[in-house]
Amino acid sequence: MTDTIIHIFLLLTLPPLLLGVINKTKALFAGRKGPPVLQLYYDIIKLMRKGMVLSRTTTWVFIAGPVVTLAAVVLAGMLIPIGQFDAPIAFAGDLIFFAYLFGLARFFTTAAALDTGSSFEGMGAAREVTFACLSEPALFFALLVLAKISGSLKLTTMLHSSTSAFSVAMAAPLVLVSIGLFIVLLTETCRIPVDDPNTHLELTMIHEVMVLDHSGPLFGIILYSAAMKLFVLGTVLLHIITPFQMNRMWLNWPLFIVEILGLAIVIGVVESVMARLRMRHIPYLLVSALLFCGFSFILLMRYYK
Amino acid sequence: MFSDLIIIAIILAAASGLPGLCLPRRTVWGQRIAAAMMSSSSILGLVGASLVLGVGQSRVLSFPWPAMGNSIIGIDGLSAFFLVPIFFMGGLGSIYGIGYWPQLRHPRTGRKLQLFWGLLTAGMMLLVISKHAIAFLLGWEVMALSAFFLVATEDHKAQCRQASWIYIIATHIGTLTLFALFVLWRWATGSYDLKPVAGDVIGIGVLNVLFFLSLIAFGLKAGVMPFHFWLPGAHASAPSHVSAMLSGIVLKMGIYGLVRFLSLLPDPPSMWGGLILLLGAISGLLGVVFAIGQHDLKRLLAYHSVENIGIILMGLGLAMLGRSAGQPEWIVLGMAGCLLHTWNHSIFKSLLFLSAGSGVHSVRTRHIDSLGGLAKTMPWTAAMFVIGAVAICGLPPLNGFVSELFVYLGLLGTMKSDGVMGSAVVIVVPVLAMIGALAVACFVKVFGAVFLGTPRTLAATCAHESPMTMRVPMIVLAASCAIIGLAPVLLIPILDNVIAGWMIEPNSSIMSIGSVAPLKMISFIWAALIIVVLLLAAVVKLRNRVVSRVGTWDCGYAYSTSRIQYTASSFAQIIVTMFRWVLRPRMHLPHIEGLFPKPAQMSSHVDDLILDRTITPASDKFAKWFGWFHRFQQGITQQYVLYILITVILMMSTMIPFREFIARLFAR
Repeated sequence: MTDTIIHIFLLLTLPPLLLGVINKTKALFAGRKGPPVLQLYYDIIKLMRKGMVLSRTTTWVFIAGPVVTLAAVVLAGMLIPIGQFDAPIAFAGDLIFFAYLFGLARFFTTAAALDTGSSFEGMGAAREVTFACLSEPALFFALLVLAKISGSLKLTTMLHSSTSAFSVAMAAPLVLVSIGLFIVLLTETCRIPVDDPNTHLELTMIHEVMVLDHSGPLFGIILYSAAMKLFVLGTVLLHIITPFQMNRMWLNWPLFIVEILGLAIVIGVVESVMARLRMRHIPYLLVSALLFCGFSFILLMRYYK
Repeated sequence: MFSDLIIIAIILAAASGLPGLCLPRRTVWGQRIAAAMMSSSSILGLVGASLVLGVGQSRVLSFPWPAMGNSIIGIDGLSAFFLVPIFFMGGLGSIYGIGYWPQLRHPRTGRKLQLFWGLLTAGMMLLVISKHAIAFLLGWEVMALSAFFLVATEDHKAQCRQASWIYIIATHIGTLTLFALFVLWRWATGSYDLKPVAGDVIGIGVLNVLFFLSLIAFGLKAGVMPFHFWLPGAHASAPSHVSAMLSGIVLKMGIYGLVRFLSLLPDPPSMWGGLILLLGAISGLLGVVFAIGQHDLKRLLAYHSVENIGIILMGLGLAMLGRSAGQPEWIVLGMAGCLLHTWNHSIFKSLLFLSAGSGVHSVRTRHIDSLGGLAKTMPWTAAMFVIGAVAICGLPPLNGFVSELFVYLGLLGTMKSDGVMGSAVVIVVPVLAMIGALAVACFVKVFGAVFLGTPRTLAATCAHESPMTMRVPMIVLAASCAIIGLAPVLLIPILDNVIAGWMIEPNSSIMSIGSVAPLKMISFIWAALIIVVLLLAAVVKLRNRVVSRVGTWDCGYAYSTSRIQYTASSFAQIIVTMFRWVLRPRMHLPHIEGLFPKPAQMSSHVDDLILDRTITPASDKFAKWFGWFHRFQQGITQQYVLYILITVILMMSTMIPFREFIARLFAR
């Protein structure tokens, strides 16, 4: 019970910190001081108190976009285990629920973008749904690998398997899967090299350009759910790349917080040392993520045969 | 009792168009009587079918039919399961027709439409309950021919006529294959009765031929990928409620035929299941990819039927593999996915066609890029369309998710078995994920371009909400999507009953679908999702201080018009380019030259892979070859008399005793 409460608490409060850490890392690399680590919290609180400016073109879909997205991401966060603890909601087959919740979020985010009738937001929506067509199969290949290793269709068991059921033969597949999942993470959360969260050059963006017309509380919800999506996908990735465990069970919570902040720093470093890819090269990157996950599945099949 | 109800329902449906024929053209009563008869038929039929499904009874009625032996009509779980969507849509569609195709506005075609609508539903009902090959064929042909007349409702348009000709050719190729199938069946089993045969009666070679014949015949009707070529044109040209019926229900008769026929054949080799699974994956992927390239709203929806038939076949293929491998869990999950997706697709595809039809009815164009902004003028239609779109993408919390979950779980479950088969089957999982993501892309495109943004044409600006007779059927369908999506537990007894009847292997232990799929969790999680959404919406509503309503910001561009909106074609362009190896889009790029170029336009079109790129060029070639024979056919009577003379001389020449002649020649 305590673990569930801590899980929900972390899920709801920690995500904005990750973006603060990423931005701080990028600032350090650029030789700047950078915004405070807690800046996103201030932004969200400020936005929630503001009024909204709505376009005359929009309908209820425009409001449904951020609302459904946040609800879906929160629920997806309840389905994954954090650190060495079990997920609050766990049952066989929950991996499909996890993946499809993101699909639902995508449907409404992109529909809300098209609701404004602006060509820029249309471009962003088109890119979002297109790149998902490649990142989704990659995610499923990764889930297949984990399901095969653990012999279970429950996310908690699957994600803990890299700790509990590890053997040397699984090392190579897991390395490939973690590379693939990292690319999927960068795509889904719209980080460099796929998308640049800082730019406002509308012609070249994906996520930021879809939410140009959102303002006030709705924009606050969007920022918050984007951060939470990063947190949820990052947690999934951490299970594979850091299968560490403390002797005392409660120490696993601080360990997890250190790990996820470390991941944020890694993302910050990647963003600092890489340039954004050209839009038409992004599918190649995603196909390579698909290949990483696919080959890791094939390697695993070789092992189990 | 229930069989009487169903037979009365069939007679009512078949006769529903007749009163209208006796009444004058310019009266609304014929149509109202037809709708009333269809509605009462569907209520009676639904009561009868639910008795069969709920109680688990089945009954066989025997009628004397001198030439054919006894014709047998039997109603079991599988028949009742496929009867439900026919009754459901038969009634709802005829009510929708009152608003969509009013007799007063269409005096020439209205009565024809009502007559064949009734006959179509009656034909399908007959085919579903027949247990005799000839009765089956009778129902099949009534269905196929009425569907032809329904597609050709607007036969003054050349496009409609062409689509209906292609349809009738395709459906008769299917019927001919069915003839071959049943003749072979009669030869192998000794009777026309459609009863399961024992394992050693038929040799494996004949079994394989039977399987391939049924795959072709029923695959043509279901619109499986290489055989789908007749489908987009026919479904786009028909009136919208007919399209809903054709896409939602008539295609399912192909699935019914396949499911029923496969249940009769014993000991399936694993090749059958593998082939069905492969065809399903190909149909699913290519169906949705071709849908994305379309500009015609109803053609796009028609291609999505190909995609969903693919998902249904994936379930069926998995169940067949389960029968070959003796894995009851594969059978239960695969079959549950196949059956439930059949229901689901008939619900949400009908909903989508009806709501698309509502838009088409009001704006009078099917071209996606001429619509736009309809959510403002037609809020009900837009809400219904978005429900259908979320459902067809397999997204929670609606019904599409439940059946796709069954297929996913079944496919993932194959990993537990050791051996090559499991790991080969499981590769389909990422394909299914890709189909889901592409479907989201496609429906965001359609929903965004048709209902969101600003109207692109004057006609779209003047759109108006549809009448109550059109809205009520849509609301009923949308409610069914939500009920199945949120409370799939209700379906456990129905699915268990049908699956148990389908499995003919006696040794397979029967599992309940409730024990292999987390159905209770579905209700719980989606209830939680809806509560969180409502809470958040309440928060936004509380904080809802709308400072001002202004024009779309558009990065500061002050005079934004509807023409600078992102079009559906641009939205799909990246995906179309990604799949250009199979779509092969035709692009007409604008030619711009000089300092003051003339107005230019560009257009792109995605042709059908089979019809436009294979069959039409091939038949043009054949036509050219046969054109050589034109030199004999000049239309001159004297020439034809000459041909007769030559023929007669040639025939007489066979009487000349050549052999004797030659013998004498050399004897000398």
